[in-house]
Amino acid sequence: MDAQVLTGGFSDPAIQAASAFRAVMEAMARPGTIFPITGAVPPAPLSPAAGAVLLTLCDADTSVYLAGAMDCKAVRTWLAFHTGASVVGPAVADFAVGAWDDLGALSQYPVGTSEYPDRSTTLVIELAEMNATGATLAGPGIQTTAQFSLPDVKSFQANNQLFPLGLDFIFTSGDDVAALPRSTQVS
Amino acid sequence: MTQTSDYNFAYLDEQTKRMIRRAILKGLAIPGYQVPFASREMPMPYGWGTGGVQVSAAVLRPEDTFKVIDQGADDTTNAVSIRTFFERTAGIETTTTTGDATVIQTRHRIPEEPLSEGQILVYQVPIPEPLRFLEPRESETRKMHSLEEYGLMHVKLYEDISRHGHIATSYAYPVKVEGRYVMDPSPIPKFDNPKLGDMAAIQLFGAGREQRIYALPPYTNAVSLDFEDHPFEASKADHPCGLCGAEDSYLDEVIIDDDGTRMYVCSDTDYCEGRRAAGFVGAMAQAGDGEILTTQRELEITA
Repeated sequence: MDAQVLTGGFSDPAIQAASAFRAVMEAMARPGTIFPITGAVPPAPLSPAAGAVLLTLCDADTSVYLAGAMDCKAVRTWLAFHTGASVVGPAVADFAVGAWDDLGALSQYPVGTSEYPDRSTTLVIELAEMNATGATLAGPGIQTTAQFSLPDVKSFQANNQLFPLGLDFIFTSGDDVAALPRSTQVS
Repeated sequence: MTQTSDYNFAYLDEQTKRMIRRAILKGLAIPGYQVPFASREMPMPYGWGTGGVQVSAAVLRPEDTFKVIDQGADDTTNAVSIRTFFERTAGIETTTTTGDATVIQTRHRIPEEPLSEGQILVYQVPIPEPLRFLEPRESETRKMHSLEEYGLMHVKLYEDISRHGHIATSYAYPVKVEGRYVMDPSPIPKFDNPKLGDMAAIQLFGAGREQRIYALPPYTNAVSLDFEDHPFEASKADHPCGLCGAEDSYLDEVIIDDDGTRMYVCSDTDYCEGRRAAGFVGAMAQAGDGEILTTQRELEITA
């Protein structure tokens, strides 16, 4: 077994997961705002931020879809060792990880049901870089408006139209995390 | 006393925390929607804040400063025991000062002092379902939420008006979140309802026995239900605080002798203490020692 599989997890899981979660939670509560998230050293092509998100939220109770280049032996074995999450297809995934172009049509992911809108996929999208320019965001968690470098506009608008159903997005890049819940209006 | 190292950080095991954390994220993404979660048994009885404690355990970091209030007070049994619980199991700093806290767990009040970004308010919720007393079946209330069928709630408020002449619901007053979900703000007095919307802090609601978590992100719209001809009114006892003289705070009514003499004091003890430390003196307090004048005659003189 490759030694890299065994390393790169949280060295102090309870403490590092708590800090990482707070970054993810603040990001989800304040759409478009970028927060630092650290603690994980996952194998490429996973970014440290995406690795930390997966370590914080995934375990044997969740399923993960690895899109495109993410679906490689290094990521699969690392994820299996550190989280125990099962790797599945997009139609039944609790989480999906990958580059925006690899994640494919959003319609292939579950958006929840009208009685249980929480039963939807959370997409962890790897971005080459992210900053506070680009699409304008408004809605819960945003005082007036916010700007964020979304990889697309139309898909996120369509997702918002489904509210209260829909997908939620976590953006990762290097050591940074941001998020876009379904409630955010994009223009 | 048990040492921190005997427990996992903040008591809960990591798998449980991940499950709660996933529910919190979905709650934030769908403001006002009640996310089911696998509530654990906690070392305290249901009704003592098991939901709030689990949410707090899932969000706390070692560097947090934690405050607990029970009906506004820092020094009641529930607040003291939960504060001690996290001092022991998480080894975190605790405080009674609202402005110094990063995580505030509350039972039935929102602090008077406005909260800021970076703070988290965790509510203990007994009955998360606002429609529960109108429709006992969970299968039905879930359907009503999915269809946005909230007519029954307006009928209830209307019956209040037809019976009492005004909307008599004075606590757990329902709000509509972002024009979609009707939400129970937990049994806070309706005086606190205007603070729910557009708050800078994150608000998380945990119901342990009922196994539900819901949330209000910052700057979220939360409107108290009302009628055009009977608009919502945040009410409080029409008195100033007897100890600090505040006229803008929510008051507790305290009977202080066998003759039924009453005094009204701030329910938010930190707010009241802060004002008294700043030199404000109420009609029933003496400067410095806070000694209470108790006779009816003295009350009448000061009134």
